[in-house]
Amino acid sequence: MAVSLKDVDKIATLAKLKFSGTEKEKLQKDLNKILEYIDHLNELDLEGVEPLENINETENVLRKDEVYTWLTTEEALKNAPSKTGKFFKVPKVLDK
Amino acid sequence: MHSIPQSHKEITSLIKSGELTCESLVRQYLDNIHEQEDLNVFISLFDSEAVERAREIDKKLKDGKAGKLAGAVFSVKDVISVKDKLLTCGSKFLSNFESLYNATAVERLLNEDAIIIGKVNCDEFAMGSSNENSYFGHVKNPVDKTRVPGGSSGASAVSVAANMCLMSLGSETGGSIRQPASFCGITGLKATYGRISRFGLVAFASSFDSIGIFGNNNYDIGLALEVISGFDERDSTSSDHKVLNYASESEKNFDPKEIRIGYVKEYFEEGLSDAVRTGINEKLDVLRKKGFTVKEISLPSSKYVIQTYYILTCAEASSNLSRFDGVRYGVRSENSDAVEEMYVNSRSEGFGEEVKRRIMLGTYVLSAGYYDAYYRKGQKARTLIRKDFEKAFNEVDYIISPTTPTTAFKLGEKIEDPLAMYLNDIYTVSANLAGIPAISVPAGQDKDGLPFGLQIMGKKFDEAGLLKMANEIN
Repeated sequence: MAVSLKDVDKIATLAKLKFSGTEKEKLQKDLNKILEYIDHLNELDLEGVEPLENINETENVLRKDEVYTWLTTEEALKNAPSKTGKFFKVPKVLDK
Repeated sequence: MHSIPQSHKEITSLIKSGELTCESLVRQYLDNIHEQEDLNVFISLFDSEAVERAREIDKKLKDGKAGKLAGAVFSVKDVISVKDKLLTCGSKFLSNFESLYNATAVERLLNEDAIIIGKVNCDEFAMGSSNENSYFGHVKNPVDKTRVPGGSSGASAVSVAANMCLMSLGSETGGSIRQPASFCGITGLKATYGRISRFGLVAFASSFDSIGIFGNNNYDIGLALEVISGFDERDSTSSDHKVLNYASESEKNFDPKEIRIGYVKEYFEEGLSDAVRTGINEKLDVLRKKGFTVKEISLPSSKYVIQTYYILTCAEASSNLSRFDGVRYGVRSENSDAVEEMYVNSRSEGFGEEVKRRIMLGTYVLSAGYYDAYYRKGQKARTLIRKDFEKAFNEVDYIISPTTPTTAFKLGEKIEDPLAMYLNDIYTVSANLAGIPAISVPAGQDKDGLPFGLQIMGKKFDEAGLLKMANEIN
């Protein structure tokens, strides 16, 4: 299951990352080397084995549904790269 | 470098006899920090604030009102929140980010009058085994400055080993406390998954991550552990399992006749250096002579732990790190006219190479067509790994192994070969895969004087036993 340069482009799009031509080639090489190693897992007999989805075996940890003040709007905006009034500000979302 | 008391007990008794104050202790640490700036340990230093807090605690001590960590000075890995301080995660992306609250572990330390002296360097988002993946530069091993301190909590280990503080809070996903503890010649504990609240720890792989402790001795680590452990309603995966007095527990003795110790056959096969092999075998002999039952056990899934670990942690990381989009915090790219472009540019400019590589691998194993072939398979392999440990813990009470295959490697030696770097974690990732506690204790040095650690793994929530067993090694 070798990763092609086209696959690298596709994964990058999904991951919202972009790479230069040389970076892509290095990534392709690295990913293939790592995946080749990972493919040793195919030696394991996993027939009938349940996937482990919850490491600490607790279920449905509930808390009271209560309103409380955690962060103020001002605090929540403290680290914003761009803001306007009570809002986070971003570049335009739609082209006109 | 000043000689500085190496344990909380010694500090407490020197304070009591009037030979030391918290303030003078903090000043000594600050001197050591400034004299060793070339090690590149601190990202932010709370110098004047720490001195001021030390004065307050000196007053509390005089009034007999001090908490149980009075006199204990900590550094905190820069992936853990300290209110109003930078929280960079060793990343350009968060290089200007300030925490809005304290992590629960930090809050609990402060409530018992610990002093935090600063935030320390680490691999970006805790991804790495050498502390070479930080936007703020690599960290050097104080034992040999041409070598890595280990990672990802490399600077946490160095801060303790180089007498810049008494203890450090670090974090682990696959060995990021135990491996640097081993490379720097100190003790590092990763507790059971859920023992310590993760609230305020920046997420890397949520089903693996845990906060842990570096120190010079088992008693100190026990003391910090009993303070920061316990259920926290802000982390629903934290456990309400009873918190013990780990410090005093650590000093109790085992009846060797009642304790069975296993060493893992597969861990002593290829890849293990001679110095480490000999050192660990000597320690096993010591335990045999003390009367412990020491027997060989097998963990057949050992061959598959690195593969399983990288599938699952990269998958979780790709999901966790999707929040870094440049909208609400972090460094936003200035080269974007539209929002989609802004996400992509901010992420691509803000993350370093290793973080991007892992996001890419994680995205791949979760993508349509590969989910069953990789991610699902990884989860099934994780079940087998956990079952191997359950079976082993029916036969023995503790499992002893090397912490790392070798002593600290050279700076730059493995940075171009991600797979070689990943294989460094071969003995440590299992504890995170199985969710069990593990500790690395100093076990010796190779012919060049480079330290290595011995790892003890135990049953879930048997931290007290781990610390007692660690005392048998020291």
